[in-house]
Amino acid sequence: MTWDEMGPLLWESTGQTALMVVWSTLFTVLLGLPLGVALVVTDRGGLLPSPLLNRVLGLIVNVGRSLPFIVLMIAVIPLTRLIVGTTIGTFAAVVPLTLGAAPFFARLVETALREVGRDTVQAAQAMGAGRWTIIGKVLLPEARSGLVAGLTVTVVALISYSAMAGVIGGGGLGDLAIRYGYQRFETTLMVVTVIVLIVIVQLVQTLGDAIARRLARH
Amino acid sequence: MIDVSGLRKVYRDRGREVVALDGVDLHVSEGEIFGVLGQSGAGKSTLLRCVNLLERPTAGTVSVAGRELTALGEADLRRARQGIGMIHQHFALLSSRTVAGNVAFPLEVMGVGRAERSRRVAELLELVGLADKAGAYPGQLSGGQKQRVGIARALAGNPSVLLSDEATSALDPGTTQSILALLKNLNRELGLTILLITHEMHVVKGICDSVAVMRDGLIEESGGIAELIARPGSRLAAELFPLPAPEPGNVTITFTGRADEPVVSEVVRKFDVDVSILGGALEEVAGVSAGRLRVRLTGDERAAALSYLAERGLLVEEAPVSVRGERADAYNRADGNSRTGGNGTSVTGPAKETR
Repeated sequence: MTWDEMGPLLWESTGQTALMVVWSTLFTVLLGLPLGVALVVTDRGGLLPSPLLNRVLGLIVNVGRSLPFIVLMIAVIPLTRLIVGTTIGTFAAVVPLTLGAAPFFARLVETALREVGRDTVQAAQAMGAGRWTIIGKVLLPEARSGLVAGLTVTVVALISYSAMAGVIGGGGLGDLAIRYGYQRFETTLMVVTVIVLIVIVQLVQTLGDAIARRLARH
Repeated sequence: MIDVSGLRKVYRDRGREVVALDGVDLHVSEGEIFGVLGQSGAGKSTLLRCVNLLERPTAGTVSVAGRELTALGEADLRRARQGIGMIHQHFALLSSRTVAGNVAFPLEVMGVGRAERSRRVAELLELVGLADKAGAYPGQLSGGQKQRVGIARALAGNPSVLLSDEATSALDPGTTQSILALLKNLNRELGLTILLITHEMHVVKGICDSVAVMRDGLIEESGGIAELIARPGSRLAAELFPLPAPEPGNVTITFTGRADEPVVSEVVRKFDVDVSILGGALEEVAGVSAGRLRVRLTGDERAAALSYLAERGLLVEEAPVSVRGERADAYNRADGNSRTGGNGTSVTGPAKETR
């Protein structure tokens, strides 16, 4: 395979990966952030203690995290059809990607929020702040560095998950590596694809670290 | 200003009950600085956090500025808390906000508009001497500066009461003094009532008008400082003026506000007695000098001399004459009246009863 042949393939696959990762990151945050907050505030001694709800949410998160992604992707096909209208293609992959990453991100959000001192929360309560004010103006801003670090890890996980999206026709770099690099013995393409993936992950991690460090400086 | 009565707090920890407060009554008058002194674990922190209901007491009532907080619903309680400032041992500032942002936080909670907020923040930072640090982050400040931010933040809602939770315990001695001076100033100039808890005697000595000594979830003694020192068997006096354990027959004389009167030489001149001074301490507390003297008085007119001292308004306590082992016990026992306990005699001056 020549470079001229590989170029468009790589370009297209990178675009598909980017598309899957960007959209699923967005939905992962929309789903995982509230879930993580809920895990913290419903806990015993939290702002809205509700042991039963806490246990149920914890269970959901654990189930989501214990399913291998490739199994999850197949298992949620009916849901994907309901939401996207189709079960194959790049957009169809966003549904399982989101469902796979959201519980993971929720746990990271939970950990980051728990780092916020009990002192700080109580000081806000002593000033007469209500629960929503404390969540919005104390917990989330105070944990922002940890949240960004958690998001970075999640995005990297999503890039890795998206490699399996080829199974449902989602395309992307992982799919390219398997179909051409492995099944057609195009070793050069395989190597190049791996290098592109490494570069992307490296960029995401470096950027995330830089932002997290900047936010933690104060 | 603050009235606490019958306060009990029982924690349930894995089926075991832990009594943190075992029936505490407390009265803090308007405009005074009231110190609660005790070792860690005495329950003073729980007491303070029950005053603004950060902890719900198991039983008892709490009133601040005429409102019974324990009877309020959640929304009313939140509003009431806006009128009670609180400062914390570890400052509890928001690290993601600047100094100005931290002071603005309670104003945001209260729904104060942006323009009014920045005006008020500037005013408060001026008050605590941090006008030039408005744009700094807490991480860039020293401990003393952080506590000043904490104080400015606590004052944002124009509170009538300030609760101080070991506010100087994490600070070095010099900084502690400057923070105490600031609190004293605010107390004088704004008429701010301050309830503080501390394990440090010098905080009580430095700024408190009244004090309660806490131990095992109970208040052992409380009242005005001068009055407490003049009370027989006072734990406060014992801790304030550390003297070695007395020998049998030794006399301990406690005086408040009359340190410059020549009582000892008077006694020697008027009566046929000899006085040897065994130990003594003098302290400036609550604006008056107070002291304690350990003496050995010998001579024919010993009894008359002791009565004379008591008549002069001094607290005279005689160490019990008993078997050595027992005596040491009596002095080290936990209950407040051990100093005059046992079979020893004690001649006491006019010590007023508190409330």
